[in-house]
Amino acid sequence: MTIFRDLSQHILDIAENGVKAGATLLHLTIEEDTAADTLRIVVQDNGSGMNAEALAKVEDPWYTTRTTRNVGLGIPFFKQAAEMCGGSFSITSEPGVGTTTEATFQHSHIDRPPLGDLAGTLLCMIVGFEGVDVLYQHRVDDQTFALDTREIRAILGDDIPFSDPDVLAFLNESLHNGLASLPGETS
Amino acid sequence: MKSLEELQKIKERALQRRKLAGEGARARIVVAMGTTGIAAGARDTMAAILKELEKRGIGDVVVTQTGSAGMSTYEPVVQVQVGDGELVTYGNVDANRAATLIEKHVLGGEVVAEWQVQ
Repeated sequence: MTIFRDLSQHILDIAENGVKAGATLLHLTIEEDTAADTLRIVVQDNGSGMNAEALAKVEDPWYTTRTTRNVGLGIPFFKQAAEMCGGSFSITSEPGVGTTTEATFQHSHIDRPPLGDLAGTLLCMIVGFEGVDVLYQHRVDDQTFALDTREIRAILGDDIPFSDPDVLAFLNESLHNGLASLPGETS
Repeated sequence: MKSLEELQKIKERALQRRKLAGEGARARIVVAMGTTGIAAGARDTMAAILKELEKRGIGDVVVTQTGSAGMSTYEPVVQVQVGDGELVTYGNVDANRAATLIEKHVLGGEVVAEWQVQ
């Protein structure tokens, strides 16, 4: 049971939490190991982090740091999805340093949601979060695809937004070619 | 990743386009991307908006996302503001509606009243 269709929606939701916590860098790592039959997703942010008390509550579906908004609502669902698929889930956090959310799945588990529209999730993260950089590293066995918006920003400068049509085309093509270069079904 | 050298050319084209468009953004679009928004399909809405901007070559629209709009029953929720005009909130904005909003509201300056929520 989950409210999301695919894992990349979970990723976007976790990333959103990081941005809410004031992150300026989101680091998404996906590791697929076919020999070990594992899929590992790590979202690391450099936001304000949480103390031990807040961290203990965050896996509780009824916990939120605000009374009017659903910050963190998606975390218990991500945990449940991983644990239902022969995997594990953890969040570590340090005030002033950031938060790392990690979910591992049995890759071939029949109930594992597909990764889904990763390119769409990454585009939302890159374009939609103002002033937030994204480092994306995706490994399938011995093949890796990486994209770092800091490299792109260094060339484009500060005057051109990622929502510029030519930049969007560049990002779309980079993401689709990059994902297509990974072996097997990255789904 | 596509070659970073290619970005240099993209930068020159984008700067040229921005010079022609003049100062300031034509419009601002905000997509509510909280947990319930994502579950309702806000990512696909956002993707449709970006696809439309790319397809039509629109460079002077700012697109951002925010957390929950606090109106879960209407999600995906999108807000559109053209220039200094009224900030209009739309509900149940799927990919098709998103494309229509770009055409009618952002480009045509016409509020689509039937999709508006208060």
